[in-house]
Amino acid sequence: MKILVCIKQVPDMESKFRIDAEGVWYDGSDLAWRMNEYDEFAVEQAVQVKEQQGGAADVTVLSIGPDRVKEMMKKALAMGCDRGVHIADAQSHRRDPFAIASIIAEFAGDKGFDMIFTGLQSQDRGSAQVGVLVAEMLDLPALSTAVDFAFADGIITAKRELEGGMKAVVKAGIPALVTCQLGLNTPRYPTLPNIMKAKKKELLSLEVGDLLKVENLLKTEKMYFPEKKGGGLVLEGEVGDLADQLIKILKDKTSVLA
Amino acid sequence: MKALLIGEYREGKLLASTYELVAFARKLGAETAMFLVGGEADLPRYDGTLYLADAAKHGEFSPTAHKRLLLEAVAREKPDTIVFSHSSYGWDLAPRVALALNAAQVSEVVDVVDGSLVIPSCNAKLRRNLSSTTAVTVVTLQSGAFGLDDEPAGSPALERVDVEATRGPEFAGYEVADKTGVDLTKAQIIVSAGRGIGKAENLEIVALLAAALGGEYGASRPVVDAGWADHNRQVGTTGQSVAPKLYVACGISGAIQHLAGMKKSDFVIAVNTDKDAPIGEVADVLAVADVKQLLPALTERLNSL
Ligand SMILES: Cc1cc2nc3c(=O)[nH]c(=O)nc-3n(C[C@H](O)[C@H](O)[C@H](O)COP(=O)(O)OP(=O)(O)OC[C@H]3O[C@@H](n4cnc5c(N)ncnc54)[C@H](O)[C@@H]3O)c2cc1C
Ligand SMILES: Nc1ncnc2c1ncn2[C@@H]1O[C@H](COP(=O)(O)O)[C@@H](O)[C@H]1O
Repeated sequence: MKILVCIKQVPDMESKFRIDAEGVWYDGSDLAWRMNEYDEFAVEQAVQVKEQQGGAADVTVLSIGPDRVKEMMKKALAMGCDRGVHIADAQSHRRDPFAIASIIAEFAGDKGFDMIFTGLQSQDRGSAQVGVLVAEMLDLPALSTAVDFAFADGIITAKRELEGGMKAVVKAGIPALVTCQLGLNTPRYPTLPNIMKAKKKELLSLEVGDLLKVENLLKTEKMYFPEKKGGGLVLEGEVGDLADQLIKILKDKTSVLA
Repeated sequence: MKALLIGEYREGKLLASTYELVAFARKLGAETAMFLVGGEADLPRYDGTLYLADAAKHGEFSPTAHKRLLLEAVAREKPDTIVFSHSSYGWDLAPRVALALNAAQVSEVVDVVDGSLVIPSCNAKLRRNLSSTTAVTVVTLQSGAFGLDDEPAGSPALERVDVEATRGPEFAGYEVADKTGVDLTKAQIIVSAGRGIGKAENLEIVALLAAALGGEYGASRPVVDAGWADHNRQVGTTGQSVAPKLYVACGISGAIQHLAGMKKSDFVIAVNTDKDAPIGEVADVLAVADVKQLLPALTERLNSL
């Protein structure tokens, strides 16, 4: 069984963001980078399928981005992926979901993957498009928003999460693509021995130019900070003072202490 | 400008979010028609053409069939904009339709400014204005971003759409949320724990503050996903929608899916180490502090009142 997992590196969302010189994306310097949260569930699910197959599966982890994404890919390898494919692209942040999906589909097209896992969405772009687009480009069934996953007899049974806590049980035969929602599983922490082992795993670099055959369909006019719409009172200072102030506010502004 | 609005239907009922699409089209100044895989028992209150496909025949979740049905309506209506909700239905179907039409897709639109579509980025800390370069554009709308000022009214002119049955992912039934345990929707005071509490043991300081205030504790999704709290305590789009007198968000960043579940609260206090956390946008008071320090101090004062 051949499995592909697509992962993206994103900034820590608690970072102080700045806008880049062209005004169309955030400035990439001085940010802490990590694996897109949704993609951790994708990696974990791929590795669990491999384990379920008694190891009889080969898991490729793929990421498009500048050199720094290799750091994150090593984490995926330490979690149990077998090999990495880094599609070197210093301009990946300028591409739209259609272009990113096209690159992945171009790579995966002739490889015969039985299962492809992606995150539901990336935390910085949040388009929730790439996974489903890749499936459509490759003419595979896509099960999106999975919070539960089982595989038996060539059939994937997933639970799609709907609004309000409801779920839909859906099935598709492999080959198929699954987009992973938060809570699908419990992503493992790489252990030290596995981190060491990961260093020896193959991490191939490909040039994006060889795989990119399309143009963006979207144009970013600008990126900016939203106007603060009011927002409330901001209290800063020593904890004891803050607690006193909050008690006063609860007394003055609410009826909960009455 | 001509927009085709994609309504949603679940368990035999039209979803009210369908009217948000109408509000968006008005803001865009577009003519509209609607498409729905639904049933005549619950039609949208809408004056215009409704391309109606039969949910009883095609199923409520059957992306391959829904895509083909929608493409049939598109061929007849020839819209330049196709509008979905950014929902489990919308983000599943929209990219399929966009690709088939060589259309650009803009996800999670929150506003339209001078013809460009505004979307949030990085947990709503940033915004982006996008424009499409394709003849047809597919958009999905953030839940709650557009609302009608008036009650929806009217009755649609029906146009039937049908296609041959197709194979694709198969739907095998719904599973409803477990409704046992605490009912947060009845609580007047809720103190919620977010990932910022750091570890399971710290849930207790949140629960103690809730008790000192005479309320219940709630949680954001990561806290529930990690198994630190039960799902019936989750606040947000995939949990409970609450409207208490007081909501205290502890170590919660304020992602839109969380805000959707608590923004109707009368008074909101946020405790967060990040002064720029988006929760600040809906909070009446943001106390910039570590939950592990501020909460016990607050609880102690409350208990000695
Ligand atoms: C389809 C969908 C549905 C979803 N449904 C829901 C839902 O129903 N409910 C929900 O909550 N989420 C939901 N989410 C997830 C949502 O997008 C966010 O990922 C989630 O709300 C983040 O939870 P959080 O704020 O606890 O964690 P984070 O976003 O990680 O925020 C943690 C916060 O804690 C602060 N912090 C860190 N340490 C401290 C400290 N010591 N003291 C004080 N503050 C600290 C940080 O500054 C940060 O702001 C959904 C997502 C999707 C895609
Ligand atoms: N640069 C990238 N490299 C590899 N995978 C990606 C990249 N961007 C997005 N993806 C995958 O597509 C998913 C959805 O991303 P998006 O459509 O940007 O919200 C992510 O969770 C990843 O699995």
